This record gives sequence, C-alpha cells and structure tokens, in this order.
Amino acid sequence: MNWISNYVRPRINSIFSRREVPENLWSKCDECGTMLFHRELAENLNVCTSCGHHMQISPRDRFANLFDGGAFAEVDVPVPNADPLNFRDQKKYPDRLKAAQKQTDEKEAMLVGTGDMGRTPIVAACQDFSFMAGSMGMYVGNAIIAAAEKAVERQCPLILFTAAGGARMQEGILSLMQMPRTTVAIEMLKEANLPYIVVLTHPTTGGVTASYAMLGDVHIAEPNALICFAGPRVIEQTIREKLPEGFQRAEYLLDHGMLDRVTERGKMRDELITITRMLMGLDPAITGDLPAPDITEAEDMLEAVKGEDSTS
Amino acid sequence: MTNYLDFEKPLAEIEGKAAELRAMARANEEMDIEDEAQALDKKAADLLQQMYTTLTPWRKCLVARHADRPHCKDYISTLFTEYTPLAGDRNFADDHAVMGGLARFDGKPVMVIGHEKGNDTKSRIERNFGMARPEGYRKAIRLMDMADRFGLPVITLVDTPGAFPGKGAEERGQSEAIARSTQKCLQLRVPLVSVIIGEGGSGGAVAFATADRVAMLAHSVYSVISPEGCASILWKDAEKMREAAEALRLTAQELHQLGVCDRIIDEPMGGAHRNKDETIANVGAAIGEMLAELDTGKDRTAARRKKYLDLGQKGLAA
Ligand SMILES: [Zn+2]
Repeated sequence: MNWISNYVRPRINSIFSRREVPENLWSKCDECGTMLFHRELAENLNVCTSCGHHMQISPRDRFANLFDGGAFAEVDVPVPNADPLNFRDQKKYPDRLKAAQKQTDEKEAMLVGTGDMGRTPIVAACQDFSFMAGSMGMYVGNAIIAAAEKAVERQCPLILFTAAGGARMQEGILSLMQMPRTTVAIEMLKEANLPYIVVLTHPTTGGVTASYAMLGDVHIAEPNALICFAGPRVIEQTIREKLPEGFQRAEYLLDHGMLDRVTERGKMRDELITITRMLMGLDPAITGDLPAPDITEAEDMLEAVKGEDSTS
Repeated sequence: MTNYLDFEKPLAEIEGKAAELRAMARANEEMDIEDEAQALDKKAADLLQQMYTTLTPWRKCLVARHADRPHCKDYISTLFTEYTPLAGDRNFADDHAVMGGLARFDGKPVMVIGHEKGNDTKSRIERNFGMARPEGYRKAIRLMDMADRFGLPVITLVDTPGAFPGKGAEERGQSEAIARSTQKCLQLRVPLVSVIIGEGGSGGAVAFATADRVAMLAHSVYSVISPEGCASILWKDAEKMREAAEALRLTAQELHQLGVCDRIIDEPMGGAHRNKDETIANVGAAIGEMLAELDTGKDRTAARRKKYLDLGQKGLAA
C-alpha cells in the first residue's frame, strides 16, 4: 500500500507552514536568563539551548516538526454557538475571543491535523495555550470529537498535546460539559482499538487534566510541565502549608504513577513514532526528518477525495 | 429553630416579633395578641414568597449551601430501604465524603451513591464538607461497576463544593480518578439517574452526574467554578461573586434552558430546608419517574453518549 493512499485532504499551504523567523532577534530564557536568538530557539523547538527549559510552542510549529516534511491536512472542526451564555465579565466574551484570534491568528484553542509521522498515518490535536490559556470550551470539545472521528475513519492513532489553564469559564456549564463530551470521543477510540497517546505540556490543569488528559493509553509529559487538577496556589491556601519542591511537576507525577514517561521535546517525535508503530503492529520506525509527501500526488489525492465526498 | 441566611434578616425580624408576642401571651393569659400575631405571620409568609420567587443566582447559591438543607444521608434513609453501605476503594482508603451502597428503591434493588457534607462540626470534618478525595471517586467507580454487572440502576445524589484541593488528593491522582469516574458513568449499560440536591461543584459533580437523566432541585446550582472563584479570576475581586453567579448561568432554571438539566424538582416555599419531608418526597417522586422512563432493559450506553455529544447546541433564550 502506498503510504499516500491514506492521505486525506492535504492543504498545500500547510506544507509551507514553518514560519519565517527573523534572524536578528533574540529573547531571554525565563529560567536561566540566557539570551537566545529566535532562529536558534525555533530550530531547537523553543527549548532553551542553555538550560533545556521548555517554552511554549504554537500548535503550527509543533505540527511542522511532528508531521513528515511539516505537511498535514487540517481537520475541520464544527464551529459551535459562540457565546451561548451571553457572558460578560469586565469584558464581553466575544471581545475576548476576537482579541485572542487576532493575537494568535488562530480560530480557537485547538488545532487538529492529519498526516504522516515517520510514514505512520496519524491524527494529531494540539491545544494552544496562547489562545485564552488554552481553555476548554465547546470548540475544544468539538475539536477532540472531530479528531477522534477522523482517527476512527482513518483507522489510525490519535496523539493529543494538552496545554490549558482549565475550563473556559465564559462558557459556564457548557465548558464543564466538555469533560463528558471529550470522554465520549476517547471511548470511540477505545472501541475501535486505536491508540490514544496524550502528551502533557506545560501547564495542563483543571477540567482538562480531569478528563481527556488522563485517559490515554500512554501518558508522556514534557520535562517540568505543571500537571494538576487544583493549582498549587489553591492548595497552599487550603492546607496552609508550603508545598514540596517540584510538586505537581511532570517528574513528580511520574514518581507518583500518573505518567508513563517524561520526554524532552526534541526526542518526542521519534518516541511517538516508535510507540504508535508498535501499538499498530507496524514494522519498526522510519525516523528522522522525512520529506513532505509529494505535492502532485497529494493534489491528485485531494481531487480523488473531493470526488468521493461529492458522491457520498 | 430556623437558621436565617443574611438576606432573610427582614423575615427573621417579623417571625421573631410574632414568636415574642406569642411567648408573652403564654406568660400572661389576659393578653389578646392573636390578631396581631396572625398579621405578622401573614406578613412573613408574603415576604418569604416574595423573596423566594425572585431569588438571584447568588442567593440561590446560599440556599443551595444552607446547612439545614436535607443531605444525602437524609434522602437515603427516607427514600430507600435495606440500605447497605459499601466502603472503600480497595486501594487506599474509604472516603467519607462519598457514601454509597446497595439499597432498594420502590422495592427494587439499586446502587445509590452520593456526596455527604455532614450536619454538625464533627460530621462536617469527618465528611470533609462533601469534598471527595480520589478514593471517593474510585469507590464510586467500583460501585457503579458492580451495579452494571448485576443489572442494578444507579442513582447518584450530588452535593459537593468540588473536589478537595489537597496535597494527598493531587498525589494520589485526583484528576485521573475524576476522569475515570466520568468515563465509568458513560460506560454503564444500566440506567443512571442523577439529582443535584444542593451544590454541583465542577469536576467533582460531573464525575457522578454524567447521567441519562439529570434532575436539579429548584434552588440547587451546578457550575464549572464557584462564583467566588470565578470572580477572583475574571473580576480580580472575590467580592464580585454576585456578578459572577449571574454570568455563569448556574441555576436549575438556566441549566434547564441549556439542556444540561433535564428536570427541575420543586422545593417547598422558602427552600428545601424549610420543609425537609416535602423536599425528600418530591425528589423520591422524580427519581421514580425518571427510572420508569429508562426501565426498558436496553443498553443505555449509546443513548447516553449521544445525549452528551449533542449537548450545547441550545443557547439561552434571549
Ligand atoms: Zn534557559
């Protein structure tokens, strides 16, 4: 079977999604204070080259590294009723949404893509902490359901990168209802016997941790990621004592049995390829920086898929 | 003796006056105060009605948290027979914030599980104010599993401020326990009926209330975060809880419009705590009707999943 035969709806622009990074700009590592060139930092997947501190990385940059040649097809997510509660705190919710969209250039707090990773077909979903703290509302719920449905359709694994401050308070109870809704999505994968791998990144908290982030077949976290239900400040206020060093960090959770592995971002892709291929009963991994799928072939596939869609 | 809420002060004064008059009359038989006392009674009843038919969302939170409100234990002892508590998560401990076990409802065996807040200082501490630790969810998972294997419907009574924000709870995998409990709710083939009897606090509530039918007492609340917590995050001021309670749409009436609550159960005038027997009877009737709707012998899993997948399409009426 040609690997591309499963390649659905490639959008050619995503092949060129690696953003151009200005060469002469630098930023400071907030952990060790080292000055790092943006370009150097981007090439190292936003991990400090001096101390190994893992900084935020956008879903698109993550996907550019994850998928072969950075090529993936974005999976459509049904757009929910915006502002179902007419929520207003100091600002109106729609205004907060618009500001986040403008700032991130993304629709919402989760990106879903499908493509190949080490020649292994996968669906990946990635939560965007820079979009309203990655908070889970109807859209994020819909994104996870769409991702699970796509994985079932393609009979491939789902890899989900979590990052969230918790539930989207501006959607009130409907944000809370994403806990059962996303759990239904995970049940679909379980029933189809498809691997569901969770990669927990900094920070993963609240209702997100207490639903899809803790229901994976395999849990891998990035080093030092904060992973919790109740945040450390809330706990300190409740029990009125200082918490131990490293409390609720990835390594601590690994020690307490909540994670399978803690893996550096630079090694994550190879590890995900190894694990998913074994779970899918495939031959050993083809790793390394694989080229993008052939564009003309991909375009042919796109046409073919379109044809199928219109007849179905 | 009535424990008045702050906003009930005017009512407390009127009822206090009436009680005083009657006490005086008992001491002095010559006094004829009955007309005056009855006028005060009438005034109090009118005021009570006026207050309780126009409760703001924040006041509903206070009523939902009222210390004299009937608790899980009261419902179980009144509505069920042969209640046989089952304890422990077979792993670490028995969580007293969660009670549950086998019982009969209308003579038929069921599994009943709920949060218990306690009703005095000692029992509140023992029950951890109804805030479950991971062991509580894991006990519930174990009981739900058992119910499913033996074909017993599951009834959950939800009344919790939320999961316990403690060190040990986090270390022992609070998040995972909640996630697995929600998952178990979704896996049950048997009917699962849930009643929010007081506070439905966040993930701790979802873990029990992902049900075929979710009913709420008329003055109970169900929310992603407490109004105080929401106010301190979004308004940067915990004192803005009234605004937050309003914005969150956490009342039974609003949640019914949103499709999250399937049924509202009436409370006596002045709230559940003013007439426990009537409240418990209303809840019993609602449970009976909900179970009857679901008692088809069919696997409920697919319908329950669909219910949750479809949730959220309804907005609030403008
Ligand atoms: Zn550094």
